[in-house]
Amino acid sequence: MFSVTLSLLPAGIINGLMFGAIYALAALGLTLIYGVLHIINFAHGAMLMLALYSAYFLFKILNIDPYVAILIVTPASYIFGYTIYRWGIGKLSGGRDQNILLITLGLSIILENSALFFFTGDQQTITLPYSYESFDLGFLYLSYPKLISFIASLIICVLLWMLMTLTDLGKAIRAVAKERDGARLVGIDVEHVFAVTFGIGVACLGAAGCMLLPIFYVDPYTGNIFVIIAFTIVVLGGMGSIVGALLGGFIIGVTESVGGLLLGESLGQIGISLIFILILIFKPTGIFGSKV
Amino acid sequence: MLEVKSLTKRFGGLIAVSEVDLDVAKGEIVSLIGPNGAGKTTLFAIIAGFLKPNEGEVILNNTSITNLKPHKICKQGMVRTFQITQPFATLNTLENIMIGAYANTSNKSLAKSNAERVAEIVGMTSLLYQTADGLTVAARKRLELARALATDPQLLLLDEVMAGLNPTEIDEIVDVIKGIRDTGVTIFLIEHVMKAVVNLSDRTYVLNDGKLIAHGTPNSIASDPAVIEAYLGHGAAETMARGHKT
Amino acid sequence: MKLRLQISFLIALSLLAALLAPFGISSKFQLDVLTLIFFTAYLGQSWNILGGYAGQFSFGGVMFFGTGAYTSSILLNTFGLPPIFGIFAAIFMGALLGLLVGYLSFRSGLRGSYFALITLAFAELLRVLANSVEFTGGGVGLFLTYAPGFYNLQFNSPTGFYYFSLILLVISLVIAMWLERSRFGAQLVAIRENEDAAEALGVDTLKCKIYAIMIMGGMGGAAGTFYAQKYLYIDPPISYSIALSVEMLLVTIVGGMGTVFGPLIGSFVLHAVNEIARHFISTPGLSLIVYGFILIVIISYLPNGLVGLFRKTRKSTEDKDA
Repeated sequence: MFSVTLSLLPAGIINGLMFGAIYALAALGLTLIYGVLHIINFAHGAMLMLALYSAYFLFKILNIDPYVAILIVTPASYIFGYTIYRWGIGKLSGGRDQNILLITLGLSIILENSALFFFTGDQQTITLPYSYESFDLGFLYLSYPKLISFIASLIICVLLWMLMTLTDLGKAIRAVAKERDGARLVGIDVEHVFAVTFGIGVACLGAAGCMLLPIFYVDPYTGNIFVIIAFTIVVLGGMGSIVGALLGGFIIGVTESVGGLLLGESLGQIGISLIFILILIFKPTGIFGSKV
Repeated sequence: MLEVKSLTKRFGGLIAVSEVDLDVAKGEIVSLIGPNGAGKTTLFAIIAGFLKPNEGEVILNNTSITNLKPHKICKQGMVRTFQITQPFATLNTLENIMIGAYANTSNKSLAKSNAERVAEIVGMTSLLYQTADGLTVAARKRLELARALATDPQLLLLDEVMAGLNPTEIDEIVDVIKGIRDTGVTIFLIEHVMKAVVNLSDRTYVLNDGKLIAHGTPNSIASDPAVIEAYLGHGAAETMARGHKT
Repeated sequence: MKLRLQISFLIALSLLAALLAPFGISSKFQLDVLTLIFFTAYLGQSWNILGGYAGQFSFGGVMFFGTGAYTSSILLNTFGLPPIFGIFAAIFMGALLGLLVGYLSFRSGLRGSYFALITLAFAELLRVLANSVEFTGGGVGLFLTYAPGFYNLQFNSPTGFYYFSLILLVISLVIAMWLERSRFGAQLVAIRENEDAAEALGVDTLKCKIYAIMIMGGMGGAAGTFYAQKYLYIDPPISYSIALSVEMLLVTIVGGMGTVFGPLIGSFVLHAVNEIARHFISTPGLSLIVYGFILIVIISYLPNGLVGLFRKTRKSTEDKDA
């Protein structure tokens, strides 16, 4: 019995890495928002759920392949994020950390139940023409959607990293992250940069949603699953660290997949909450605690 | 009453407090002065238990309190105030002071009468039912003092209770502090207002770059070349001395 | 003083009305709604002690409820211990869990959002555990036998559960009133307003916060027994439901954090919203959408909740009188 499990281990690890890349992408959005705005967006999971539904309906109604839909959902998510911060969260928060947490909690309740109201609570999945085609690795068959999602997630992570380090916008964002009053003094429109950052964070979710849909499912509560995953990755990687989020994503992906293999589907989920708790208690700055 | 022995505190590579030795005897008013960034507030924070020193010892009434938490130190009879006032913003003056008074009693009416008595000492009787976030800077400084006093301390650590006050307010609070000392409370204070330092203190310590550079009566300190240099820059003492001669 | 007398009179009158309500209300449904309002207000009050008075928001308050529900139900099903005793075991286990969670998180200095999130993670952890181990019945859950009787804390009419919830509510109000008058309560408020200053003034902040979460835990534990005996079935998603964690904080924030009657007022208002929304459209989710908006509006514009609104108007009329 145990040897059977052991022989599945490499496959489990690979599978975990595939999901890990998408998790990392979703967590990147969260960590970016935290690193720059110093706020915790509790609605992150619900926004991912929204992205999943967007990709789902684009596929069902317009028959747009989710990987193509990235080009639509990502910019749309950006606009959604920008708007909701600029004229919503940013205006209402009044600055207290717990207030933002509660406002974004309220937002997630609204999003989640609107989805329930309009789309019902049924789980939705999609089947692509190439869903069952796969790539032979020798010891396991890797389905094309998983492979594509993995590679595309990595590409987007790299693009984001380039955006943050190489462009003027990235510089402005990092300036605001480090010294918001100073940035304001040298003429940077801080509120705009905040909203842009929030928008980029949500855009990450847009892309992540498109890549998750072909290999997962969507229902109004999908966000709940991911909110804890995303937070765990972020605290693991260090709040605000891009590289940390990427590594954290892989660690969590593998932990979940291997945990499920060794402990069974149900108990396997324990790893994530446990890691979250242990990190917060023993090393709240994260393991790779470098900032944006 | 208070003894500090070779206290050192490092933040990463930066040495904020370096091998500081000092003592405060019962009934004294001792002041700690020094330029901005000298490490005065850090030193206070360590003494009061808010920061842990890397080396050294803090001794209160012949017992080591080095690694005790602030509330334990408060129970032992030493309490600090904060340079940047830290009121319980939504509570009124009376309730604020009562939190201090509760350090010694769990009885509400006793805490209340103690708080009222302390409010009278610091001259806040008319502000008892004013919420703290509506108080003026001067009143907030008094509130800091009052809350600390309400814990019935043997030793008060006052961190710049006069900063931001006008001359009249300073004179008032100097009188209040003297009055507190006359009730038998020992006082150790950080202060920038030299007039008050000279007026109040029996002895003064000067801290610069984390090190004690001088110690003595306020008047002797004021003419100490090392102190003048610390405040006014290298060579200042010499220039001034020359100026006096001519 | 006159106002105080009026309020005491009002409280006495409300209590009398609550006691007599079952004789006046013939509708089983209405009595059930009242029971639910009291029950939610009670849970809200448990959240209020740590969140409202001590300022430590938790997103996983349901963990105590779930643990209490499992404690008394397992004791009943496995050892035949009547819930009238089991409820004390539930209180004990809830408080013990509070001690554990409080000690671990407060000792490592977690506050604000981090504390909120770690409580959420603890609740999730317990949900997964309850789903996976055998003695909780795993994913199947636990069924309790219908056997009305005082020892079982089960009643064959809604009136019984109504009084049960009323007793819980009154206990929670008494605890909150005690907080308002006691040193412990004042120290919790001091921690909420400024933890460093409280510590400097001799408040053992760690101990106070742990006591607060233990009280919350014990109260939650009792609520778990109430629920299990009323609905006779529990499973991991019910026992550790995020929705209930949210409801606890929601009623308190809407009514007014750090006030005696905030949770009760919030519970009345939100249940009224719920009933009205259900009256118009029966699709699930609508009332929760409204809750979400209410939460955002209250946090943004009425940080002291509805009670704060009342106080503000009262204060301005007092000022005018003076």
